[in-house]
Amino acid sequence: MNLRTRLAELFKRKETAVQGGGPKAIEKQHAQGKLTARARITALLDPQSFHECDMFVEHKCEDFGMDKKHFPGDGVVTGTGKIQGHPVCIYAQDFTVAGGSLGLMHARKITKIMDQAMKLGVPLIGINDSGGARIQEGVNSLAGYGEIFFRNTLASGVIPQISVVLGPCAGGAVYSPALTDFVFVVDKISKMFITGPEVIKTVLGEEISMEELGGARVQVEISGNAHFYAASEQECFEQINRLVTFIPWNNKKKADPYPAAPPKSEYSLERIIPAEPTQPYDVRNVIRAIFDASDFFEVQEHWAANIVVGFARLKGETVGLVANQPLVLAGVLDVDSSDKAARFIRFCDAFNIPLVTLVDLPGYLPGVDQEHAGVIRHGAKILYAYSEATVPKITVILRKAYGGGYIAMCSRHLGADFLFAWPTAEIAVMGPEGAANIIFRAEIAEAADPAAMRRQKVAEYTEKFANPFIAAANGHVDAVISPQETRGFLIHALEISAHKSESRPAKKHGVPPF
Amino acid sequence: MAERKNLTSLVVDDTVYVTTTTTKFERRKPYVPGDPRHVIAFIPGVIQKIHVAPGQAVRWGDGLLVLEAMKMKNDITSPRHGVIKAVHAVVGAMVAKGQLLIEFE
Repeated sequence: MNLRTRLAELFKRKETAVQGGGPKAIEKQHAQGKLTARARITALLDPQSFHECDMFVEHKCEDFGMDKKHFPGDGVVTGTGKIQGHPVCIYAQDFTVAGGSLGLMHARKITKIMDQAMKLGVPLIGINDSGGARIQEGVNSLAGYGEIFFRNTLASGVIPQISVVLGPCAGGAVYSPALTDFVFVVDKISKMFITGPEVIKTVLGEEISMEELGGARVQVEISGNAHFYAASEQECFEQINRLVTFIPWNNKKKADPYPAAPPKSEYSLERIIPAEPTQPYDVRNVIRAIFDASDFFEVQEHWAANIVVGFARLKGETVGLVANQPLVLAGVLDVDSSDKAARFIRFCDAFNIPLVTLVDLPGYLPGVDQEHAGVIRHGAKILYAYSEATVPKITVILRKAYGGGYIAMCSRHLGADFLFAWPTAEIAVMGPEGAANIIFRAEIAEAADPAAMRRQKVAEYTEKFANPFIAAANGHVDAVISPQETRGFLIHALEISAHKSESRPAKKHGVPPF
Repeated sequence: MAERKNLTSLVVDDTVYVTTTTTKFERRKPYVPGDPRHVIAFIPGVIQKIHVAPGQAVRWGDGLLVLEAMKMKNDITSPRHGVIKAVHAVVGAMVAKGQLLIEFE
């Protein structure tokens, strides 16, 4: 056989492989508003950067007539490529081939590209679109899932792992995204659940649609399983492109620096923060007023919105932001916001991203539901994550920092390297109203005019304690600074701590309150 | 999907804060303390057997009824010593989660 015939054979095989499940299946995929696996990879990666591997892998199953069935690529496309010039390893399940079902060889292709990503030290992106386990392959299919979960866990904190759910991802399969750092979902396309609507109906008699049970909106707003929500696949790919620019390739590197840019002049701190400490404002505008180009890339925007987390840049360097959000639930800490912040803090610490914390919270959310849901152990996650983190930690107290909330929000006591407070900061055990009611209970009750006495005592307490100066006098605050000085102080703090080296006691691993 | 929400108030430590809420917060169910005289279904299912009748005295741990759910026959035992006031469960009937099955005096 000469080269030409061999080339012809290669092209023929390639052509068959890229057809996936064939025109009919592709048409069906398109009808659902979904791109095919290879089209998704092409749309996500830099043009012409994708290099596929294992195109000709097929299953070896012989049971249930499987020996007569051919699944091109065994239902998953894997390879390497670039996003915004950053190298990545990627896989995309191909729903047009046997419903993207996961058999042993399908899983082997995925674990191979995962191992590759670990060896090369580059982010891993997984596009999930699969009906689930390939039943014909029995326990081998389950083995495949287990091997993926095992690698997700080993890769955690070593390379960034991104999951993109663009179709069903149900049962055991959905634990892989759960183990990764960022989960992207798309409206009407993503479906994630452990047990589906039918099982729930049979067992519990509860009726619910797939969308209401585990659709994109539910996952970003109610469960918090997903981090980014998009209206279309294209928008989703744009979000991933943006995320990749903020994070490093692996845990030995820092995120690539960007050209520094001042914040836009339309964000003015004086106008954003109301004078009255009980009035709300959007803390994201404070972030925009301080950081480069007023560019803030928010993570988990829709879930536990009482805390805001995400990435921004300071003089070109990526920082991770954690900020209480007075606009939502007065910015209280609760079960969900603690979970959200703790996970984000650990990501930043694992990937050398300095942490900036903006504090303005009245404390913890009161309620039976909170206590019964375990706000104690969930709240403890924030303490754990901040205390454990050794990246530069810079905290700015904007207004209220009361009680346990003050301690939790990266106070000096949890190892903040720099702690700044605005003159509007109120660092106290609790708010003036609550404190006055306790300290002066007898005097208020016995007064001729209890209401007037109460007002007087609240004013006294406010005058004495609702400020940053007692904390500053005790050295818990490094400097009381004006809002205008904040950017300059943060840049200085970041530059000074560029070579920060802090170690923790040697151990196999800690035992955080998961 | 970020719809503007109306401002409302939230009280923390006697201070009233002006703020918005979340969907999840609005969906909270108010806490209702359980009545120790009530035995309720902990899972939806079908009543297979009933071992007790009104007026009968039972001791803690005695079998009250069998509730089949998720292909498992669950023995529902008495949470206390006492006298049965009423049996609301009916053999063969489907019961919902939280449905009242048996009442004590």
